[in-house]
Amino acid sequence: MTDKLMRAERTSGNEEEARSLGLTAQEHHRIVDLLGREPNGVELAVFSLMWSEHCSYKHSRKLLRRLPTEGAHVVMGPGENAGAVDVGDGLCVAFKVESHNHPSAVEPFQGAATGVGGIVRDVFAVGARPIALLDSLRFGELDSSRSRYLFSGAVAGIGHYGNSIGVATVGGEIYFEPAYESNCLVNAMCVGLAPRERLIRSAAAGEGNQLVLLGALTGRDGIGGASVLASAQLDVGDPSKRPSVQIGDPFEEKKLLECSLELLERGLLRSLQDLGAAGLSSSASEMASKGAVGIDLDVARVPLREQGMEAFEIMVSESQERMLCVVEPERLGHVLGVCAHWEVRATTIGEVTGSGRLRVLERGHVVGDMPVTALVDDCPLYDLAPAPPTARVYPDPPRRLPDAGSAADTLLALLASPNIASKRFAYEQYDSIVGSRTVRRPGTADAAVLTLAGDGGSGALAVAIDGNGRRVACDPYTGAIEAVLECARNLACVGAEPLGLTNCLNFGNPEKPHVAWQLERAVDGLAAACRALMVPVVGGNVSLYNESDEGPIYPTPVVGMVGRLADPALAPGIGLREPGHAIALVGPFAPALAGSELERLRGRMADGLAEVDLEAQARAIVALREAVATGGIASAHDISDGGLACALAECVLDGGIGARVELEALAATVGGEEATLFGEGAGGVLVSGPIEALQPLSETGELLWLGEAGGEALELRMGADSLSLSMSQVRAAYERGIPDRFS
Amino acid sequence: MKFGVVRFPGSCDEHDALLACRRFADAELLWHGERDLKGVDAVVIPGGFSYGDYLRVGAIARFSPVMEAVGEWAAAGGPVLGICNGFQVLCEAGLLPGALLVNAELRFLCRQVDVEVVNAETPFTSTCDPGERLSVPVKHTTGRYFAPELELDELERSGQVVLRYLPGQNPNGSRRDIAGVTNRAGNVLGLMPHPEHAVDALTGSTDGARIFESLASLTPA
Repeated sequence: MTDKLMRAERTSGNEEEARSLGLTAQEHHRIVDLLGREPNGVELAVFSLMWSEHCSYKHSRKLLRRLPTEGAHVVMGPGENAGAVDVGDGLCVAFKVESHNHPSAVEPFQGAATGVGGIVRDVFAVGARPIALLDSLRFGELDSSRSRYLFSGAVAGIGHYGNSIGVATVGGEIYFEPAYESNCLVNAMCVGLAPRERLIRSAAAGEGNQLVLLGALTGRDGIGGASVLASAQLDVGDPSKRPSVQIGDPFEEKKLLECSLELLERGLLRSLQDLGAAGLSSSASEMASKGAVGIDLDVARVPLREQGMEAFEIMVSESQERMLCVVEPERLGHVLGVCAHWEVRATTIGEVTGSGRLRVLERGHVVGDMPVTALVDDCPLYDLAPAPPTARVYPDPPRRLPDAGSAADTLLALLASPNIASKRFAYEQYDSIVGSRTVRRPGTADAAVLTLAGDGGSGALAVAIDGNGRRVACDPYTGAIEAVLECARNLACVGAEPLGLTNCLNFGNPEKPHVAWQLERAVDGLAAACRALMVPVVGGNVSLYNESDEGPIYPTPVVGMVGRLADPALAPGIGLREPGHAIALVGPFAPALAGSELERLRGRMADGLAEVDLEAQARAIVALREAVATGGIASAHDISDGGLACALAECVLDGGIGARVELEALAATVGGEEATLFGEGAGGVLVSGPIEALQPLSETGELLWLGEAGGEALELRMGADSLSLSMSQVRAAYERGIPDRFS
Repeated sequence: MKFGVVRFPGSCDEHDALLACRRFADAELLWHGERDLKGVDAVVIPGGFSYGDYLRVGAIARFSPVMEAVGEWAAAGGPVLGICNGFQVLCEAGLLPGALLVNAELRFLCRQVDVEVVNAETPFTSTCDPGERLSVPVKHTTGRYFAPELELDELERSGQVVLRYLPGQNPNGSRRDIAGVTNRAGNVLGLMPHPEHAVDALTGSTDGARIFESLASLTPA
């Protein structure tokens, strides 16, 4: 064999080279053992990416086994390009969230755009038509010009890509915290829909079947993205890394999407896989691994964007908008015909073999030959060495608000804080309505609602994405539980039952004991909450090494959920609907100032959060969902950032109707006026509607009548202390919060 | 009565348009590479990013085979409705006056707006009352309608301005708040708002249905 490794002999695969590609000396030794010889340059390049954190999950895989993955509705669980759940009527929903943090920190527009492109390909790779996108974004605070640049660039990039391919961006969340100044987070979630029998897996099968590469030309862009960018610490805005960021072409993706779905609809493919991190190396190995077969591919047959690319470059290029499929030889002509119709490039680059090896050829000469199991299964998995931090990890945030201040001033300051203020600046840059499914648009309900009526389904989907890194930083276990509960509560507010969950775990360097501790505690929290709610995890993504010289990011598990509801016309928005409607609080509600947005504005970071009664919260979520689904509830909004007062302000603003509420009784049970108004914690939903429609909630759980909708002002009374603000004051603070940071 | 909805590579709203048309008549897709209009009675050019909107919005699509047929159809008096990217394509093809420039705020904007029916005597607005207000969404980066002042005067005089954003709701800086214009003959309408996204109360509004309803009420040629 070695005598055939012609060109590759000229490039070295020794230990020094391995270290420069991000592998450890031990990992290099293991590769030598597995191959029975030293790898050549091509092989080392492939191994370095397949064994990178990004592709192998070597620091997180063991931990992820703690998450529950089974449920009644699960059709495809973790391990496929995207997870899928059954939504009835013969339809399945495939969905996944993925990070594109490091590319976005280097070049926000293309980084975020290609993040969208990548997750969309994951979803149509399983045969589902992408119908919705959501984004979870984190930046430094907006008084930093770099954060303004990253934020506006990432939002524009998400819009550019999603809008251009005709997939509605229906929801998301954005936070600004100093801990993300050097490492912004860009997590994108895609939701797709498919008839159940149309779902396809990526396992290659059938010796002699052809391996066909679809889509864009292969260039030098994104080389080493998974190892250089995604699996190592990043220096602030390092411009030398910019060539590692891929460039997106949404038009190519749109053609590829329509072409792939037509190929599947016609039953022409045996398997399909997108090319993501590590390009051909990863796609071919994954397909071969899942099918327990081998693959031969010839890099000289790969259509190139530039001349003179080396074999290893072709194998690891992360050029966007490419898919790999397995086609039976007799169907090849038909496949090429469909591709020609869509003006999508299609090239046979290899075939399925029975060898169990990934063989890389160059004009017929073998330049790399590796056992597939070595690439996919034999990467060493590391045990974390978690230890709670011995000193504070995060400094107090800068103080922006004095402790003393009237409740009215505090509320206005909170509403104007970019973490709470209207995200209109972002979501108006996204097409949220293409596809004619969007029943609740961004900013108008706690979860986006998408009708399935045009797809032959009954009812609708509800989708939401949530996470709060600061609270997880205060308490990784409880913070992670809160993220899952908030997402489920958002679904319950529109009457939806959660069917499955996807998550993106954004953390710092897991080789540091306190980061490992954050990761382990957060995963345990996610697992506990998923079990309590009986929601399976069907897929996800881990992004580690999000840290800089100033330390790690806040540990940020982001949770996306898909649920189903029977009648979208009944789904409440957040806005009050009619004067005279009663306003009530659905508990359990036990807010505290620790870890809240108010404490952040006052420059304080908490150590620990109040424990959550998971069982009681899960029961309350079910009761709320059932009450909403029976109809009559006019509005529902969960209490989260900024507490009850901010939530009520949002109900008032979206409805255009004032509110008058009496909180003295509540304050007595909560034990503090500020905690009542602005405290945060798991639980608490504001509902409004006719009294008789809300009444059933008092029979199944905790319901406290607060007041009624009406007038033109927001009035909160608490004994002698009362707060009254006009609609226009409240609106100005909320709407100007983000735009004013740019002027 | 049958609608034909053109599909370019990069079209995004063609299925939405198809669904909207089918509420009132038959409808089918027309492929960009074919000259055959398949005997349809009205042509809809939908929104999206035809050919990626590369070079300039609508600039490549105008050269497609289907647009040759649409040009002949329009010249013969056949009704043509261009929505958003379709409006841009029709301007590039010279079937409509004026041009569409990048929004005043230089950003993509997706928002529900109110427009006023300025001329209710077109094949596209015959079921509307003059001055009627329609709530429809816009979503575009390049929707700022522009024409020289003298031409704008002429468009207004000849009743070619069909839809206008309500005062204060012009989302893109269009001259004279123009949201939709016809050609001189009145059989080709381009508009930036998306009537196909306003045909169902569940998803926001039914006001856009009036445009499709008006077209469907035409007697087939």
